[in-house]
Order: sequence, then C-alpha cells, then structure tokens
Amino acid sequence: MSPTEIYKHLPRTNCKECGEDSCMAFATKLANWEASLDKCPPLQKPEYRNRLGTLNEMLKPPVREVSLKSKTRTVKIGGKLVMYRHELTYFNPTAIAIDVHDEMDDQILTSRVNATQGFSYEYIGQRLKLDLIAVRSTSNDPKTFELTVKKIVAQTELPLILCSENPDVLEAGIVATGGGKPLLYAASKQNWKQMAELALMYDCPLTVTSPFDLEGLKSLVKTLKESGVRELVLDPGVSWKTLPDTVNNFTMIRRAACKFDDELMGLPILGVPAQVWVEEDVKPEVLAWREVCLSSMLITRYADALIMHTTEGWALLPLVVLRQNMYTDPRKPVAVEPGLKVFGQPNEASPVLFTTNFALTYYTVASDIESGKVDCYLVVVDTEGLSVESAVAGRKLTADKVADSLKETDVEKKVKHKTLIIPGRAARISGELEELSGWSVLVGPMDSSGIPKFVQEKWANRA
Amino acid sequence: MREESKEKNPLEALGPRILELLSDLGELELEDVEMEIGELELAVQQAPVTALPAVKPPTGLKPKPETLLLEAFKPPVMEYPGKIVEVTIGATKSEGGSRFNSVTIGGETSPPFYLFETPPPHRPAVSIDVFDMKIHLASAVRMHVEDVIEDPGEWAKRAAEKWGADVINLHLISVDPLLKNTAPREASKTVEDVLQAVKVPLAVGGCGDPEKDIAVFKRVAEDFKGERLLFNSVTLDMNLKEAAESIVSNGHVLIAFTPMDMDKARELNRRLYEYVEKDRIVIDTTTAALGYGLDYAFTIMERTRLAGLMGDPELQHPLSSGTTNAWAAREAWMQMDPQWGPREFRGPLWETVTATVLLLAGVDYFMMMHPAAVKTLKTLIEEFCSGLKGPDENYLDWLTLKT
Repeated sequence: MSPTEIYKHLPRTNCKECGEDSCMAFATKLANWEASLDKCPPLQKPEYRNRLGTLNEMLKPPVREVSLKSKTRTVKIGGKLVMYRHELTYFNPTAIAIDVHDEMDDQILTSRVNATQGFSYEYIGQRLKLDLIAVRSTSNDPKTFELTVKKIVAQTELPLILCSENPDVLEAGIVATGGGKPLLYAASKQNWKQMAELALMYDCPLTVTSPFDLEGLKSLVKTLKESGVRELVLDPGVSWKTLPDTVNNFTMIRRAACKFDDELMGLPILGVPAQVWVEEDVKPEVLAWREVCLSSMLITRYADALIMHTTEGWALLPLVVLRQNMYTDPRKPVAVEPGLKVFGQPNEASPVLFTTNFALTYYTVASDIESGKVDCYLVVVDTEGLSVESAVAGRKLTADKVADSLKETDVEKKVKHKTLIIPGRAARISGELEELSGWSVLVGPMDSSGIPKFVQEKWANRA
Repeated sequence: MREESKEKNPLEALGPRILELLSDLGELELEDVEMEIGELELAVQQAPVTALPAVKPPTGLKPKPETLLLEAFKPPVMEYPGKIVEVTIGATKSEGGSRFNSVTIGGETSPPFYLFETPPPHRPAVSIDVFDMKIHLASAVRMHVEDVIEDPGEWAKRAAEKWGADVINLHLISVDPLLKNTAPREASKTVEDVLQAVKVPLAVGGCGDPEKDIAVFKRVAEDFKGERLLFNSVTLDMNLKEAAESIVSNGHVLIAFTPMDMDKARELNRRLYEYVEKDRIVIDTTTAALGYGLDYAFTIMERTRLAGLMGDPELQHPLSSGTTNAWAAREAWMQMDPQWGPREFRGPLWETVTATVLLLAGVDYFMMMHPAAVKTLKTLIEEFCSGLKGPDENYLDWLTLKT
C-alpha cells in the first residue's frame, strides 16, 4: 500500500494532531505500519466514517486476526502483516495448545490441564507460557464431551479448541464452556454445512481442514465465507511422514496471502504436531523429540497456533524460547549501552567484573548478580552487540578494548584495589589484559550463574 | 474493424495509456491533483463496462451456498534473478586429492526448501567438530567422546563412520599463542592424522588469532595441495591477500566469517574477490544459540539468502553455521529444576532446534557436535531433499487417538 493511496483518504488538513508534520508524513507512517488510524482524531469524526472504513480495509493485515475466548481470557492468533520477520515484525506469537481427550482418566486430565496452565519459564524478564487446551472427543458422545469440557472449564481460564468431526459433539462442548468462544475443529468437505451453522449460531471461530489439499482448503474457505462465517482458521495438515509437504503447504499459504493478495488464504494457520503420536511402536521420548522438531519448523514457517501432545519440560522449553525469539521486534537494537553499572551497594573493596553489551548477555549477567545479591561494579564493554564467546572469536572483545573501558568508566576511582573478574569464556585474553591495564585478572566462571558463588569463595581469599 | 471502433471511442482508447501514465506519476504530482485522478480512474473503469453486456451483480443478501464452491489454488511461484554459487569441499584421487568423495553445497535458485518452486540441487552438508586438544565440553557431549578427546584422528573417525559426518570440521585451537602456541608444522601433522583416519572431506579451523591463523593456514594449504580443504575462517581483520593466496593457489576453499552484519559480509567478499574465485567462498554470518540471539542469526541468514537470490552478487554464496554455538545456552548444558527434564535430552534438542531453524533460513554447511542432533538434522535433510511425498491419508487419526 503506497503512502499516496493512503493519503487520498486522509482528512488532508495537516492539523498535526497525530504528531506528524503533515497528512502525507502520517500516510507514510501508516504505510510502514508504524502508526495506526486511531492516532488521527479528525478521522474518528462521523463525517469521515466512510473514509475510515476505506482506510481500515486498505490497511487490514494480509493475515486476518482471529480471537479465541474463555469467559475471562482472549488469545489472538494471526494478524500477520508480513511474510518475513525482517520486513517488519511478527505479531501474535504462535499460540500453543496441549491436547486432552474426553475418555482420559480424571487424574491424567487434571494433571495435563494443570501442567499447561502452570507452565512458566522466566526468560530475560519475561514469563514464557502455554496458551490453550485442545479437547478431543474420542468417545464421539456429546454427553461425555460436555462433562469433560465442564471439568476443564472449572479448572482453568485458558481458552479452548474443541475437536471433533461430529457437530453434535462440538455443540455440547460449546454449551459446556458457559459463554466462551472456543475455536471449533473442524469443518471438512463432509460436514461444512452443519459446522457453518454451529459457528454462526454460537459466534465461534471455525477451523477448516482439508489435509494436504490446498484447493480443497481454499474451496472450503470460499464456501464458508459465502455462508457468512467470518472467523476462519486453516488446517492444511501436518505429518512427520510427509514433512516436506507439510512445510511446503504452510509456506505456500503464507506467501499466497502476503505476496499474492490471496484473501481466501489470508487466515491464521493451525498446525497439529500432536499428529506424530499416531505412531504406536515408537518410544514416547522419540515421539516428543519429533514433535518438537516439527513444531520448531512450523513456528519458523508461519504457524499461528499449534496443538501439541507432549508436556515434557525438556521438549517444550526450546519451543517457547524459539517462539519468543521469532516474535521479538527485529528493529530493536540488540545491544545495551556500554559503561559502568552498579549493583547493590558496593564499596571500595567490592569486586569489579566485566561483560559485553549484547543485550542477552548483559541481562543474563545482571539477573544472576541481582538474584545472588552481589554488591559490585560491572563494566559493560562495547562488543558491538556480541556475546562473550562470539566477541572473543570475532575479535570484538580484545585486551585493549577491555583496558580502554576500565579507563573510560573511571572505575579505578571507585575502588581501592586493582583486581578484575573476567568471564570464563574470555580467559584467553587474561595475560594480555594484565599487561595492558595493570590490573590483575581473576578468571571467573564459564557461566554467569556461577558469579555469586565465585565471589563468595574466591573474592575474599584472592591472592 | 476493432481498430476503427477504438478510434471512435477516444476514452476507451485512452484508457490503458492513462493507467500507464498514472503509474508513472510521482508523488508530488499526485498530491496536487488527487481528486481529479480519483475521477479519472472512475472514468477509465467505465469505458470497458459500457462495451460489455450489462451483468449486474445481485444486491442484498446472498443465498447461502448449497454445495462446495470450487476454487483453484495456484502455487505462488516467483522468479529470482540470482543463483547461489556451488562450492565443492574435498577432492578425490582423480581430482587431485585423497578423499573417497567430495561434497558440493549451494547452487540454490529458490528460497530454502520452497519445493513448489525449485528444490535445492545439493543437500546441505553436516560436519562434526573435532578439536586438536582437550577442551571444555558440555557433559552431554563429552560422554560420547571422552575416550578420544585427546586423539583428533580417532575422534574424527568416530564422527565420520559412526555418526555420519559429511565433512570433518577440525579446529586447530592449540595453535593459539595464548594456549599451546603449537607451531604450524605441528598443526599440519594433526591435519595429516585426521586425513589418514577418515575418507570424507576436511575443514581446517584456526584459533582466531589473525596472524597465527594465516601462518598455520599457509603451511597446511601447501602441505595438502589439491585436497580442497575448507579453511575456517578468513576475516576482515586479516591480511586478506596473504590469507587467500596460499589457500587458492593450492586449490582449497574457504569460509568468510563476519559478525552478524550483512554489510560486513558484502565487504569481506568484495575484498576477497580480488584474490579468490567466487566458487571458493562459503560465508558465515555468525550463529547465536537458541535463546541467545538465534533470532538475529536467523534473520541475517534469511535476508542474506533472499538478497542473493534477488540478485545481490556479493551474497550469492553457500551459508555456513557454527551450530555448535547452541551449547553456549545455559538451558542446553545446565542442571535445572527437575520439571525441565534431564540435560542429556535438553542439550542435544537445543542443538537440534537451533539447526532445524537455520536449515529453514538457508544454511548449507552445519558445524555440529552432538550425535543425536546430527542424526536428527541428517534425517530432516534427507526428507526434504528426497522431494514431496504426497498426502498422509491418516492425518486426521490424531483426533481420536486414545493416548
């Protein structure tokens, strides 16, 4: 969308209320997704209603946003503006669901639901969580399904995906959520008519499935849209056995939406890595391993939601971290400001350490120092945003650079000693650093998690 | 006849040309006349409508479809002006070396595994790291190499024969003046041991000291003329003429390494082209571990590959990744709270996920460490490179699975 096309529909009063110098400047920001229409007060007036409608249509994301709701929580999926993250940034991180079924032993059901909603990992100041529960009907009995959904809703506020090919079963499940808007799974070539009625009657988002058949999928979308269903999600099929087809289909769908303006394909994509568990003669660890490989490919290649089966921490941890990584804003700087940072209340005998200005390195070190309650000075060396190991290898962390940083930060005036604790991964520069700086070097731990213990044991007793 | 009728309808005749003219107008001109243009566009659209039989779309509520409305789906294929060069690592006897086989990477004409366009002509290669002295390794890795950790030949043999390394990635870290300061002559002896121990091609890495590495590379390049070793790596702070000339004149290939910066990657290549043919350069734009900057590594690789395909001549090279860096993530090696499971699983899976994501960014040459990660990645590569499989008819079985 070009700025001039957007400009045509703006009020063109150059009132500057949006904070830009002109409507043209605002249009440029809109075109780059750096501003939103609500920043333009005149446009919200009744006389501009038509223009606002036109602009909303022009600026709508190529991948529609769909909401899954419990009574208290909403999870949004899709709403993607670009195919590649460097073109802007990805919004609405891939929602991860863990599956249960309606013939599951009560205890197992409860523990799986608890494991899902209780999952949490602290990572650079964020909590990484799981998002949804997918409830499958293996009984194909509405009553059984209803009871299971009721149990789950009593236990968790996470929104649900209800899974059955039988519309009667799904209806019992929707009612049992007591006012939620679960994602329905799924309308197929066989049942689309009843599923459309269900989605319309309860105003729920609906998944469309036509495994490994994009023409069928697109035809279903067309038909369901014509039937009046607004919120649709695509399930193109996932299989460990046909891995290249799986990834290929996800890629084609997203490209059709983002680069070929294919509105029918401009919908969130749901992937079901849980599919790997259909193989019976394979060890569970191997299946979980495969499930993670598949999921990591699908997070990388455009999945907006995933249904998974494993609840193993070692399997889910890399995935939630990967998702966090892929959904960070690639435009934000990776580095923190170099210089001297003070932790706790250091005095003239407190330790001096250094690290690099790579944001992840810095925050990891800072959080280890803080949680260990170490009073100290930390010199942050400008390594152009590289970690210790990469910076040493890439010669961005050299003895003279560290020596310069010691001088520039004036840390010499803060303490009455000349001993520097250096990262274990920078051990190889220690000799040269002692020569250049005149400080003596204590080689610290390989990982910053060892800093509190290191300071406690080695600092007081240093030679 | 048609020509005549067009002449009679000046608006219709003008139509296509006005659209052409409009598309060529600059922003300023558009700004000045935007309302008029709006009208013009309407007028232009009217012309063909009058020439066609009047079919009015139905207004009001549409009836709901009774049967499936069929829609075609055409694979969204694009054209790319650029092609990634092919680089061959290792030389067989008939090619002037001593390897059982050589390995060719690169040659792509489409983004990674866009199989609906053009499948990659070569499989990405998986190499395994071997070090020339005892180094600190995560326990999940060490347990597999404990007995050979001071014998690079045996380590390489295990990596190639047991774990299926396509290439052995030997790191001569002991040459580091700050470590053992091994002499180039000694280092060359280690290379010979490893070449004797395995049949697969070999990559030879230095210690990161620009001067010492050149001295070692020169010696090794001369001693093994014709082997087409992959030198790992040449960097911007080296004397590039000196570094490149002995590698090239003795028939080897190299990795051009830059720290996560596409401009620097271009600059290094541009400077190398003075001494090195394009098809002898693999590029490494730096790999960061999952959770420790993988997003930056991924995006720079993805952009690099797309730029190459879109015609940027300085980025049309196979990509190399030090995937072993995955082990820098503490989640890969650290003993954690029991809910995060045994690190013997977590570690290799961390390396596997890092590799898998980078495979989709376009990496052609992986340097890896853990046998389980290598095995998984090789399986994935095999799957992707053996083409599309067709539908899995049993996909929906997951719905009613009683697991």
